[in-house]
Amino acid sequence: MFKNFDADISLELRKDIVVCNNVNKWFGNLHVLKDVSLKVKQGEVVVILGPSGSGKSTFIRTVNGLEEIRKGEITVDGIPLSNDISDIEAIRKETGMVFQSFNLFPHMTILKNITLAPIWVRKWPKAKAEKIALELLERVGIPEQAHKYPGQLSGGQQQRVAIARALAMQPKIMLFDEPTSALDPEMIKEVLDVIKTLAGSGITMLVVTHEMNFAREVADRIVLFDFGEIIEIGTPSELFDNPQHERTKLFLSQIL
Amino acid sequence: MNREEFQQTQEAPYKPLTHTVSWLKKNLFSSWKNTLLTIVFGIISYLIVKNSIVWIFFSADWQVISANFRLLAVGQYPAAEVWRLWICLTLSSVLMGLSWGLWKGTVAHLTIAMVGMYTILGCLPFVMTETRIWLLVNVVVLVTAYVIGKNRPKLKKPLLIAWFLMFPVIVFLLSGFGVFNHVGTNLWGGFLLTLLISLVAIVFSFPLGLLLALGRRSKLPIVRWFSIGYIELIRGVPLITILFIAQLMLPLFMGHGIDINNVIRAMVGFTLFTAAYLAENIRGGLQSIPRGQFEAAESLGLNTAFKMTFIILPQALRAVIPAIVGLFIGIFKDTSLVAVVGLTDILGIGRNIISNPQFLGTQMEVFLFVALVFLIFCNMMSYASRRLEVALGVGKR
Repeated sequence: MFKNFDADISLELRKDIVVCNNVNKWFGNLHVLKDVSLKVKQGEVVVILGPSGSGKSTFIRTVNGLEEIRKGEITVDGIPLSNDISDIEAIRKETGMVFQSFNLFPHMTILKNITLAPIWVRKWPKAKAEKIALELLERVGIPEQAHKYPGQLSGGQQQRVAIARALAMQPKIMLFDEPTSALDPEMIKEVLDVIKTLAGSGITMLVVTHEMNFAREVADRIVLFDFGEIIEIGTPSELFDNPQHERTKLFLSQIL
Repeated sequence: MNREEFQQTQEAPYKPLTHTVSWLKKNLFSSWKNTLLTIVFGIISYLIVKNSIVWIFFSADWQVISANFRLLAVGQYPAAEVWRLWICLTLSSVLMGLSWGLWKGTVAHLTIAMVGMYTILGCLPFVMTETRIWLLVNVVVLVTAYVIGKNRPKLKKPLLIAWFLMFPVIVFLLSGFGVFNHVGTNLWGGFLLTLLISLVAIVFSFPLGLLLALGRRSKLPIVRWFSIGYIELIRGVPLITILFIAQLMLPLFMGHGIDINNVIRAMVGFTLFTAAYLAENIRGGLQSIPRGQFEAAESLGLNTAFKMTFIILPQALRAVIPAIVGLFIGIFKDTSLVAVVGLTDILGIGRNIISNPQFLGTQMEVFLFVALVFLIFCNMMSYASRRLEVALGVGKR
């Protein structure tokens, strides 16, 4: 369903789908993103790690224009991100986002939450949108909850609905902003399992997380952020087993 | 035992059956101070109740109400043309009945209350046979429309449009406009006028207030400053002043050729006034929506209009239903201020009646009756708002 590229081509030869060049952002006087440059290939799973306050969440939110940038360029799926709202909306159509705090719409049933954007943005007929929504709910393991309201679900279930809602737009890229940080420990696994299955399906993913084992398991590349800068980029084995940078070693020693 | 079973098997705390005597002892006579208070308030309430009953059933002269019933209801509206009002009411009954069938819930309760009021009104001893027949027609129409509407969900959209078309139709029927005999607005009065002004103010201030609330949060400086200026200007001026301004200034703005009648001027005044307060209530609701809701809507690619219509406004309005209904109830009661600009609403008619030598010394009866009418309608509104909150699950989802 998501393989809109030739998956048999090896990762290195695929096209870049997200290109960030020297991205800079300030909050007041605080320089939160310093010359961040990153290229993500189609179908690649990139996990972003780093201490809290390192700018990783801010960075992932710049990719779909939730945070404005001051300097630099971002291109998503060939569309340059500008201040033009139609460009931003075009990019958002192709990027699904999952938030730390789920952000489901509390006044709508689960089914309505999932079908709203496909019906009004993609202009799909209601029947088609609902069929896909139910398939997605099946895929995230909660088909029986379709007609309940978000408040009636557990945190883990809500986050799985949020994933289904983002997938319903059939995006090319999925952004996960600390998807398990607000969950009780016993619910983290059910959400991570869903994301892992997704990672195997060939969709491009950027994931900000604190789950190290998960990162090692699913990531094609890991990016390490600190003080608003990218410190190190590498495959999981490179980064975990043979870190090059002092700050990477420090971060890993604190976490592991 | 799983968690649900565990919760269910928890026994309710033991609660003894309270005997009347021990209940009295515990709640009314627990100490000598409480006993004293109980006795004093007992005597006071006895006197109040006794005197009220004696006055209501024996001393009061309710003839003043029955003799002036039509005046209180529709003011000086010519008796020969009252059938036009009945047509308006019957049309409303058709729509009300259809709405009852289509939406049920709160609408059903309100409609049943309407049927009840028609019935009580029809059974009053002093109303004319003609009135009884019209009321009966209305009850029949309501119930028929309910049966028709029950199984036709497709009527929902046309029905909403019909409700909005009702206002021009009513105004057309009431004043005639050449087709029927013209009835000047100086003759509109009584409860009819109260109802018309408050309905217009409520219906038309809503879109206006919504736009002002959104305007005040807009990123465009001109829109924002205009909204802030309007809201603060209107909120800084007493309602009476606005009514006077509407009476005196509106003709100036409109030029000499166009003559806007008194009632329309008052309606404009009330609408402009209500809109400013409504805007602030709605803005309060908008501020209560977490940032995450905006971000979630945006990240799905919804544009601003969709984001507001489907995500933000439904939640914001739901959060401020009590405040909005409170405002509407206030406006409904404030319509009695139109007396200062020469219109006679139900209270104005009441004052005219007691200044009539024929009904000297009947202030109490008249004012109590007027109060009762306001009480009934305000309670219906606040009941509807509570039902609406339950239906929308305020505080639950």
